[in-house]
Amino acid sequence: MSKPIVATTSLAGCFGCHMSLLDIDERILDLIELVEFNKSPIDDIKTFTKQCDIGLIEGGCCNSENIHVLKDFRKHCKILVSLGECAIMGGLPALRNGIAIKECLDEAYLNGPTVRDNDKQIVPNDDELPMLLDKVYPCHEIVKIDYYLPGCPPRADLIWNALVALVTGDEMKLPYEVIKFD
Amino acid sequence: MSTLIKFTIDGVECMAEAGTYIVEAARENGIYIPTLCNIRGVKPRGSCRICSVKVNGRPMTSCTTPVADGMEIENNTPEINDIRKAIIEALFVEGNHFCPACEKSGCCELQALAYRFKMMVPRFPYNFPRKEVDASSPKLIKDHNRCILCKRCIRAIKTEDGKNVFAFVKRGRNVRIIMDPVLGEQMSDELAQKAVEICPVGALLPREKGYQTPIGKRKYDLEPIGSDIEKK
Repeated sequence: MSKPIVATTSLAGCFGCHMSLLDIDERILDLIELVEFNKSPIDDIKTFTKQCDIGLIEGGCCNSENIHVLKDFRKHCKILVSLGECAIMGGLPALRNGIAIKECLDEAYLNGPTVRDNDKQIVPNDDELPMLLDKVYPCHEIVKIDYYLPGCPPRADLIWNALVALVTGDEMKLPYEVIKFD
Repeated sequence: MSTLIKFTIDGVECMAEAGTYIVEAARENGIYIPTLCNIRGVKPRGSCRICSVKVNGRPMTSCTTPVADGMEIENNTPEINDIRKAIIEALFVEGNHFCPACEKSGCCELQALAYRFKMMVPRFPYNFPRKEVDASSPKLIKDHNRCILCKRCIRAIKTEDGKNVFAFVKRGRNVRIIMDPVLGEQMSDELAQKAVEICPVGALLPREKGYQTPIGKRKYDLEPIGSDIEKK
């Protein structure tokens, strides 16, 4: 039987969750035995080359590109997992939620105390740039998410336990110490 | 002389003095009923409903209901625990609870209850209301994003001559906590510290302090809230 295929991505995240995945230490060797990676920053595969079994999503959706990638993951993965606080509730990027988008951009590019050399009062608006959304959305408000692994980042043991449980079909171990929101 | 009465919690026979509130009576019998707005020694308010139990089949708040002889109380059942979990989830989506950056994380009662009830994601959509941080007081920082309106600070923090330092203003979704500007400024450091401790979340914070206990050594890092009661 071929190995289960895993894809990962970081949307509006900081790559901390991916670092936590690497933090499983020498079990990474077992992981390579257990699964095959497809689209992921870990192996630098940029586009899906086949259907995957598990998709790990880090970060919420703050722009149109995030939505596109997330929908692409939903299309290509049997199981989607929200990995970390940002994917689950928007996380720190969602601190801007509740503040009007124009107010945010004006503060960042025009009025902020660290703004320099913007005499023409330009807010970046190139067509190539993804459009910012009105707020940062948790992933499950955009597509169906099957499982949630909280934490900032989720503890390496939590990610490991979840991956092993998903691959083997055994019940997941959830000791108290591994479910944390920070 | 006080009279001992008998009642059951989830079928376990318990005894307590007549008139004791259910949550206290349960505690004396080594049974934990989760609470959030309740403070020991202060008149209960019964507003958060986390402590809901079924008394002879009817839902009641256990912090405001005294035990009576022969009561049959349901506490740790899937139905009641799901109601409690739903309340916790509702509190999370109603405010802006950014646990990763919060000074209170690890010592927060709301967060600890979410851990205990294994909240992975709230079942309700996030609200993301716009709320203010008020740092005008010389003693305390007030973060309305995190306030769950439990009224604990209003009920427990009083000056020596019995005046309230905190109060509610406005109504409905606009209701929020305010601090008396004069009393807030005159507040002793001990009282300010007590206010920080009485707040179940990170809505009242001390100035120029934070993140003092490392991750792994905080109150609810290793043991669930209520385990001290269950160990007895």
